Amino acid sequence: MSDAAPALRIRDAAFSWEGGFGIEIDAFEMAPRERVLLLGPSGGGKSTLLNLVAGIARPSRGAVEVMGTDIAALRGGRVDRFRADTLGIVFQMFNLLPWLSALDNVRVPLRFSPARRRRAGDGTAAALRLLAALGIDAALARQSAGTLSVGQQQRVAAARALIGRPGIVLADEPTSALDRANARAFLDLLGAELAAAGAALLMVSHDESLAGAFDRTVRLDAIARVAGRAAA
Amino acid sequence: MSLIRLALLSLWNRRLTAALTVVGIALSVTLFLAVETLRTGARASFASTISGTDLIVGARAGDVQLLLYSVFRIGDATNNITWESYRDIAAREEVAWIVPLSLGDSHRGYRVVGTTTDFFARYRYRRDTGLRFAAGGPFDDLFDTVVGAEVAEALGYALGDRIVVSHGAGRGGLAAHDDRPFRVAGILARTGTPVDRAVHVSLEAIEAIHVDWQGGARVEGLSIPVERVRNLDLTPRTVTAALVGLKSRIATFRFQRFVNGYAEEPLTAILPGAALSRLWSLVGVAERALAAVSLMVVATALLGMVATLLASLEARRREMAILRANGASPRTVMALLTAESGLLALAGAFLGLGLLYGVLFALRPLLDARFGLYVEIGAPGIRDGVILAAVVGAGVLAGLIPAWRAYRRSLADGMSIRS
Ligand SMILES: Nc1ncnc2c1ncn2[C@@H]1O[C@H](COP(=O)(O)OP(=O)(O)O)[C@@H](O)[C@H]1O
Ligand SMILES: [Mg+2]
Repeated sequence: MSDAAPALRIRDAAFSWEGGFGIEIDAFEMAPRERVLLLGPSGGGKSTLLNLVAGIARPSRGAVEVMGTDIAALRGGRVDRFRADTLGIVFQMFNLLPWLSALDNVRVPLRFSPARRRRAGDGTAAALRLLAALGIDAALARQSAGTLSVGQQQRVAAARALIGRPGIVLADEPTSALDRANARAFLDLLGAELAAAGAALLMVSHDESLAGAFDRTVRLDAIARVAGRAAA
Repeated sequence: MSLIRLALLSLWNRRLTAALTVVGIALSVTLFLAVETLRTGARASFASTISGTDLIVGARAGDVQLLLYSVFRIGDATNNITWESYRDIAAREEVAWIVPLSLGDSHRGYRVVGTTTDFFARYRYRRDTGLRFAAGGPFDDLFDTVVGAEVAEALGYALGDRIVVSHGAGRGGLAAHDDRPFRVAGILARTGTPVDRAVHVSLEAIEAIHVDWQGGARVEGLSIPVERVRNLDLTPRTVTAALVGLKSRIATFRFQRFVNGYAEEPLTAILPGAALSRLWSLVGVAERALAAVSLMVVATALLGMVATLLASLEARRREMAILRANGASPRTVMALLTAESGLLALAGAFLGLGLLYGVLFALRPLLDARFGLYVEIGAPGIRDGVILAAVVGAGVLAGLIPAWRAYRRSLADGMSIRS
């Protein structure tokens, strides 16, 4: 992966779930370190697209290049490794293993990726530093994740997505469970740490008001065609 | 953070169901090992019903039949040995000791055994354990009797009680030798052998209760007072069988051949150990059935574990998705689940082993006293090791089923959990 390569490039990719929902993406690109907000209605296929980028859903045709590597061409086990090395992921909610401490949750990716372990250096120190930067102090970091508030949990998830400096962070409506002020604060902190890590961000949401925190806003229907949308 | 630690922490998060699963496995392992221990104990107890006796001599019969009536007091001898033959055998140079047994009478359903006081000294069971008197001692007088532990307990006999011996081996309804009651002179401690169920009297006593009987019926008008009986010649005319101890074990087979080829009358000599194992192989079917049942209990517990794991999987879809999104390969997810079931089975196996020892130590005295079943409590043997390893192995294998499902699902679910 070179710095010159786009963070993400999807060309002529198609995927459909067993249930019948299908999505086709003709072309979509993200520059390195670019922050893109992908807007679309609920049930429109935003999460499906993220699954494609994460290599969890495999396209039936086309190319999905992440940091210069076409993950559609990687075989099963290699995709898992690639994801572990290159991607940070934040879900809408329930991101954490509640019985682990916040600190241990942040270190989970290091368990599965030697590359990120290497980039993180001292994993505990790196995790504590990220947590502190995102407003989780050391005492809170050692509490079990289940005891944290939703806002705190999302920040722990962000720290986990950023540890070991992945090339691109995928976030699936990470602020939808937060109030407006908290969502704003979350995005600001995330933005600062993305800059420090040099990572790109692809975040999906249905909330247009978040657009200010991004380099670019894209509507899903502008880049993708969907078919067989199930009554959600 | 190691995979094992992750599995342990995840388990700890579900500790109640995990604990129940472990207890289920432990109980089944305990049950299985306990049945195994009892089985070996029963076999060992059976095999040592009689020990220290080199040969048992009786009239010509099959070896199991001879063993059955002479030791287990089941069935009857078709013929007796004449007193002359008995004396002849007793006089042989190889013979260290000989104890005659005269069977045929009963007391309220319990067999009466005519013998000599040597019987109490020579009869051995369970690896050379001798008979012990719980009360009193060997018979001394012609009308003394020594009863086995079960007889004393079931009939409530105490030292000095008077009892009546009847002719024939059945229970009740038989002509009673009620004019010459016996005094309980000794009560034997429990042995777990047929000795517990016998009423022992002297050979002469057997003769004495039969002096005015002919062919199984009392001769009309003939009743000899007890005082006169004491003065009669009470040398027995026949005995039923004899326990023989030899001076040297090496002579066993030669002596057996001598008895089997005895010219004066057809006789059989058997080696008790060999006959006992022949008999055990006949009754051992039940024992094997028991083992099969307890094996099924273990299988059931393992199935229960799979069911629990499968059920918990639903609640853990989130956990799997999080791990997967953070780079865990499906293989890791599978490893996590198999490690988990392996840990559960391991914990269950060891808890079961611990429980087994607890149960054995607690129940041993009871088993010994009530059933005469003596169980050896030793360090876990190879057999226990094999069983524990099999349980853990089966646990890991059982974990493969939910693990496979989790693997499949983690692919289909994607990152987003849909309910
Ligand atoms: N794991 C899955 N298996 C089958 N169908 C799915 C799966 N995930 C999503 N879908 C379907 O894909 C469609 C788009 O869903 P999704 O991508 O989650 O939309 P969004 O994230 O925009 O709300 C829905 O109709 C949904 O039923
Ligand atoms: Mg979604």
